[in-house]
Amino acid sequence: MTAPTSAVSHASLDRAQVREIIARRVARELKDGDFVNLGIGLPTEVPQYLPDGVQVVLESENGIVYAGSCTTEHISPYVVDAGGQPASCLVGGAFIDSATSFGLIRGGHMDATVLGALQVDAAGNLASWIIPGKLMPGMGGAMDLVVGAKRVVVAMEHTQKGSPKILAACTLPLTAVACVDLIVTEMAVIRVTPSGLLLTEINPAFTVDEVRSATGAELAVAELVVPML
Amino acid sequence: MSTATVTGSKVVSMAEAVSRVQPGMTVMIGGFMGCGNPHGLVEALCVAGLTDLTLIATDTSRAGFGIAKLVEQRRLRKLYASHVGLNPAVAAQLNAGELEVELVPQGTLAERIRAGGAGLGGVLTPTGLGTPVADGKPVIEVDGRRFLLEKPLRADVALIAGSTIDRLGNVWYRGTTRNFNTVMATAADLVIAEAEHLVEVGAIAPENVVTPGVLVDLIVEGDELA
Repeated sequence: MTAPTSAVSHASLDRAQVREIIARRVARELKDGDFVNLGIGLPTEVPQYLPDGVQVVLESENGIVYAGSCTTEHISPYVVDAGGQPASCLVGGAFIDSATSFGLIRGGHMDATVLGALQVDAAGNLASWIIPGKLMPGMGGAMDLVVGAKRVVVAMEHTQKGSPKILAACTLPLTAVACVDLIVTEMAVIRVTPSGLLLTEINPAFTVDEVRSATGAELAVAELVVPML
Repeated sequence: MSTATVTGSKVVSMAEAVSRVQPGMTVMIGGFMGCGNPHGLVEALCVAGLTDLTLIATDTSRAGFGIAKLVEQRRLRKLYASHVGLNPAVAAQLNAGELEVELVPQGTLAERIRAGGAGLGGVLTPTGLGTPVADGKPVIEVDGRRFLLEKPLRADVALIAGSTIDRLGNVWYRGTTRNFNTVMATAADLVIAEAEHLVEVGAIAPENVVTPGVLVDLIVEGDELA
């Protein structure tokens, strides 16, 4: 058996490619009209890959419904996004206060949130906000978002410098319990099911065995594993 | 239509306003990453040399901007915030044992303050269950769902920022500046509002008032941001 000619080894994927693979796949999880909150970093790249005809309503949890990007000439000290960066509110949107914003988030009004993670485990537990003794930025709005959004999609690199981030049980303090629905990495798409993690899609550049060896939890494989790209 | 009666002026100087803040007090300050911080009042607090403050704010902004200065100039003894990652002075003082930090999920912080201002005994939230945030807090079951009991937060003084404020203290907020300013205006014994534009009573239509003037005790005039 010969390797497919399109195959690329893990080592040959640069950071930009990894991010694009993940963001492109996450984009297909969002439906037209979804009300969505995207975490800072990689998740903010998702909208540029939305399929034609799909528009989502982005929230910025500091107080924008229908948040948009901001061109240099429109930078205003009065409008920032959840990362504190210049932003805009699209026509048809609204500015809201923080209590209202988190009411939308916690109250089940949000269709999906996409965020990064330090660790995710087989029960869908998420650790994303603290490495005791090393990094303590705070949870910001993440704990509310993953508890309140109807779907929680984790978008992250499969490993941290080769060590698995998908584990049987998180070792870091949790952001929330059993909150993650779907994990999208550069290697695979993994669903969190009541009986554990299920590999449903794979990047054709990798084999199931390679995904398994990069995963620190038991990984069931769907009957039909389709390409994630 | 009659005009509301103005009895006495709420408008004071920055120096007079911050003279009402004493060392050791608990102070809430509105804003999000510096957007919507009352920049003039923060500066005046620094100039007044106040120390030993407990600060309640959703974040500590980024180095050198807005309320970040209160950390950098070591004015704080305790801090309640949801995010401190973009202000390196917080981690440095925390690690040195000079600053106590209680991290509060952002939505929980908003609701604890709202509860403090609305006469509620606390809020029941699913946020934080099964995490370090739940340590030591009662878990209460309501109709089969579990919630964390989070207690109200109040302050001695709230410092808020408004884009347009009339002489009765009615506030309108531009863009995303309203963030925590609206809840904080309800939850302190003394509320000081910094106006980017101070206007006469009636200049803000009642339906555009976001924070009603009855909540605001003192008004200071700040600088225009842009």
